[in-house]
Amino acid sequence: MSENTENQVGNDPPVAKEKKPRREVKPTKEPMPRQDPQARGKNFNEVALGYTEAQAVSEAERCLNCKKKPCIAGCPVEIDIPAFIGLIAKRDFRGAARKLKDKNSLPAICGRVCPQEEQCEKVCVLGKKYEPVAIGRLERFIADWELEHGVEVPEVALPTGKSVAVVGSGPGGLTVAGDLAKLGHRVVIFEALHKAGGVLVYGIPEFRLPKAIVAREVEYVQKLGVEIRLDHVIGRIYTIEELMNEEGFDAVFVCTGAGLPYFMNIPGENLAGVYSANEFLTRSNLMKAYEFNRHHATPIKVGRRVVVVGGGNVAMDSSRTALRLGAEEVHNVYRRSRVEMPARDEEIENAEEEGIIFQLLTNPVEILGDDKGRVRGVRCIRMELGEPDSSGRRRPVPIEGSEFELECETLVMAIGNGANPLISQTTPKLEVNRWGYIVADEATGKTNIPGVYAGGDIVRGAATVILAMGDGRVSARAIHEYLMSKE
Amino acid sequence: MQSDHTILRKQVMAPEVNEYVVSAPVIAKKAKAGQFVIVRIAEDGERIPLTIADADAEAGTITLVVQEVGKTTIEMGRLAEGDALLDLIGPLGKPSHVEKFGTVCMIGGGIGIALICPIAIAMREAGNTVISIIGARTKELLFWEDRMRATSDKLYVTTDDGSYGVKGFVSDELQRLLDEGRQIDTVTAVGPVPMMRAVCTTTRPHKIATVVSLNPIMIDGTGMCGGCRVTVGGETKFTCVDGPEFDGHLVDFDELVQRQSYYRDMEQAVAEECRLAQQHPEAGPKKRTASAG
Repeated sequence: MSENTENQVGNDPPVAKEKKPRREVKPTKEPMPRQDPQARGKNFNEVALGYTEAQAVSEAERCLNCKKKPCIAGCPVEIDIPAFIGLIAKRDFRGAARKLKDKNSLPAICGRVCPQEEQCEKVCVLGKKYEPVAIGRLERFIADWELEHGVEVPEVALPTGKSVAVVGSGPGGLTVAGDLAKLGHRVVIFEALHKAGGVLVYGIPEFRLPKAIVAREVEYVQKLGVEIRLDHVIGRIYTIEELMNEEGFDAVFVCTGAGLPYFMNIPGENLAGVYSANEFLTRSNLMKAYEFNRHHATPIKVGRRVVVVGGGNVAMDSSRTALRLGAEEVHNVYRRSRVEMPARDEEIENAEEEGIIFQLLTNPVEILGDDKGRVRGVRCIRMELGEPDSSGRRRPVPIEGSEFELECETLVMAIGNGANPLISQTTPKLEVNRWGYIVADEATGKTNIPGVYAGGDIVRGAATVILAMGDGRVSARAIHEYLMSKE
Repeated sequence: MQSDHTILRKQVMAPEVNEYVVSAPVIAKKAKAGQFVIVRIAEDGERIPLTIADADAEAGTITLVVQEVGKTTIEMGRLAEGDALLDLIGPLGKPSHVEKFGTVCMIGGGIGIALICPIAIAMREAGNTVISIIGARTKELLFWEDRMRATSDKLYVTTDDGSYGVKGFVSDELQRLLDEGRQIDTVTAVGPVPMMRAVCTTTRPHKIATVVSLNPIMIDGTGMCGGCRVTVGGETKFTCVDGPEFDGHLVDFDELVQRQSYYRDMEQAVAEECRLAQQHPEAGPKKRTASAG
């Protein structure tokens, strides 16, 4: 299929006057090579191995290069998807990387963790008849190719003399920082933890997003001139006001993440052995607790049987982490049914393949402890779906008399995060909504304080990496305009 | 990317208790009594919370008093002047609630003496009459008596074994003062959990407001992980953002102890290795004291 004429990219093909020769399109995506489910349940290596060059080119050739290009609008950071895919088809990987980096500073991350099936791939024209083009896998391929073959640093604009403080080095912070640095502004990221990357380092496990990859993407942003100050908890060491009035920043972008784990408020939640998903994953990912005794000093305890509560990606990450940490049985307890699970299908499938046991339509009512105050099990109740609730999903209703006990020595609550109060408490003028999330204009990220912008989970509640990046992109433009209009 | 946090002065205060004066200009300027920092000393090391015992904004230093109880604190004990802490994050937690209450009783047990000291100073500056009680298991574990005397209107000293001061616990001394009819408006107690619990038991019948400073297991110190949660008055609180000080009469101490000791088996094995590794170079066994609280 190498001589297909439709796949010329760069300039739109002229409207066909005569009927173009129809080319055969493979109906299914080039499959992603993955680690064997049996083996991978026992290691932390990445599950998805990535395309080879041949696989990538073959997949790229599936792109119809259609006229409407709905995928671009489907991407929160507006990557010119057909263009970079066309370059892959032509084996111009360097060119494809440049095209990608035009819009996305963190492609190796997005290629791995973006929910493409809800975004670009959802609207892919090919997807109407067949499987859509595997845009995410191609993005990852190019990003990995570039990391391997040397990352080009684009030229940055001349210094503007303006400076911006970015609070948080997660996906939103890295994006806004990269964009603003390219425009010539001095950018300093303040990160509370001892490592940059936010949720990318403490939250998403190694087997889904290798930390070496995150480190390379962070390095890239630093190469654009961004300074990262680790160990700085904004709200404590500096308030937002101090950053602007005393430290001399002209603007501030707040993207601290949600970062205050929810619990269910059921009895037994403070027993030893009950973790929030944040704690469980932070111990494992950031603190490398899985290497306790070998190298790392932070312990983690995983019982023979682990129960993870919640149906999102974080719950899948926690379940699969527990398995890799040596649990013999991992039960995932979720109060609705499989179709309502907010986790990506791919992650649910991965979890199933690895042997996670799903207890759907099930809700914990009490965590049970032993005489030392340690978890010994959880009493659950079966649920059925009733009328739709405000989220549009059918509301789960307990089935009377269906209570049962699940034995476990470790329980992980993965039911989401509330708004971290550190910034809002110390910046009383900053407008927050009744849940404590910062109120920010959707089109610009502007808050009620001039020069202060916000995005990501601290505005949206729990969302995704790419939405935080989209917010960073949008705010970078708005901040740039603000800075340049201000004397 | 990390700032430079060099140890400018290190002093052994008591067996396996060290005082460090660390360069930390910004933290020193911002720190208030009752706040803490998180420290990491090695690339593969854990994050441990340590209360700020003193802050000198002018000199740009903070003082930490650290008891060697686990891997990280033992390894920290091996650092010398001129070495630097890898990470120093703070100031964290809410500052102590300081106002003019009248007569306040400041109680520090063991390592808690270092932590009650800045609160006592702040209370005195706010115009309170400060009665302090400090205590330790035995004389050689007592320190900062001079500092506490300088900031207190009255200072009482106890040792469990009677090797110095009054024989008994700090809570016994408090009981005696209350029995004598001494007017005390509030109490703040910092030290091992059994000590803080005993103080609360003592003040409860007298309905004296009693604040305790908790030191549970903690990772990030920003509210993100919830590992430091405690039950206070039937409600779950995060020590790092809601504390570290709470109403001692409402704290579920049993739960706190259970959560604090959850990793003890794993940690003890590692700490033992560290102690052995530490002793090895000098080839002489050092006296080992059991870890408190």
